[in-house]
Amino acid sequence: MIAPGTAAPGFSLPDQDGTAVGLSDFAGRRLILAFYPLDFSPVCTDQLSIYQEVAGEIEARDAALVGISVDSFPCHKAFRKQLGLTIPLLADFHPKGAVCAAYGAYIEDYGHANRSLVLIDANGVVRWSHAAPTPLEIPGANLIFDALEGG
Amino acid sequence: MPASPWLGSADVPELDAGDHVRGTGPLAVVYLDLACPRCAASWAAISSLPLQLCVRHFPVASKRPRSPALHAAAEAVASQSEPAFWDFWDSLLADRARVDDPHLWRRVESLGLDLERFQRDRRGDAVAARVRRDFESGIRAGVVATPAGFAAGQALGGDLLAALRQVAGRSGTGRSHAR
Repeated sequence: MIAPGTAAPGFSLPDQDGTAVGLSDFAGRRLILAFYPLDFSPVCTDQLSIYQEVAGEIEARDAALVGISVDSFPCHKAFRKQLGLTIPLLADFHPKGAVCAAYGAYIEDYGHANRSLVLIDANGVVRWSHAAPTPLEIPGANLIFDALEGG
Repeated sequence: MPASPWLGSADVPELDAGDHVRGTGPLAVVYLDLACPRCAASWAAISSLPLQLCVRHFPVASKRPRSPALHAAAEAVASQSEPAFWDFWDSLLADRARVDDPHLWRRVESLGLDLERFQRDRRGDAVAARVRRDFESGIRAGVVATPAGFAAGQALGGDLLAALRQVAGRSGTGRSHAR
């Protein structure tokens, strides 16, 4: 998992509409990257649903939250629609898992991301990261707020 | 900083006068979503355990759009009668196919409550704040899915029903709760 104090690796990935979204688009704002295994899997469904419920509170703290998985962008679009998500979802689809790997959040044996959270500050530096002990464990939204309110 | 509530980690709150509690036995706190199929499937078993059971609202609106309306309705019922709250709560979880407004009105009438007042209360700020209070305490305590249980301040991991049975067993009495 990427360590605090590290410059956040740059990226450019398609969002759910196929529009390229890059790290630089968030310059000047804090950004939470939520890496997760797979769209539509039951645990990921719970995770994204909970984060959606507090999306407004994250915004209110001058931060953006985006989800990243190895799913394709049309899959992200369908997943967002099913769950009523407004959180942008980025497709680390090709080359598969490259951005997840750059953040130390890729599980090679499974071929998908581990459930991980990264807080990047307004200057593009990683301030906090958290990796779930197993992909079945969901990091609570409280951890996001601990990180956002902690400094 | 904006005027938003603290949502970082905190212990699950202890019981207070505003909580919905029934039964006798060791205390367990359960966060539920009234539109959640897992909650509905386990509710009959959970609520029959010999526990002092506190239920708290945890509506996940994005996943289940009907959820906030059901929690607000339950709280509006509670503002008229706490025993009626429990009948209403049990009935919503027992019959998930009948949760549209006319079904709610029928329940309210059959409980002998004031329907006009119910209609007013369920959309009121007091009810919304009460539901939100529970939801936020669940977020702070790290609730990520429903149903989620706590006993003695600790989250009950794994199979919730099995964990609650263990908690219930701590009393050693095996009594069922009184209504």
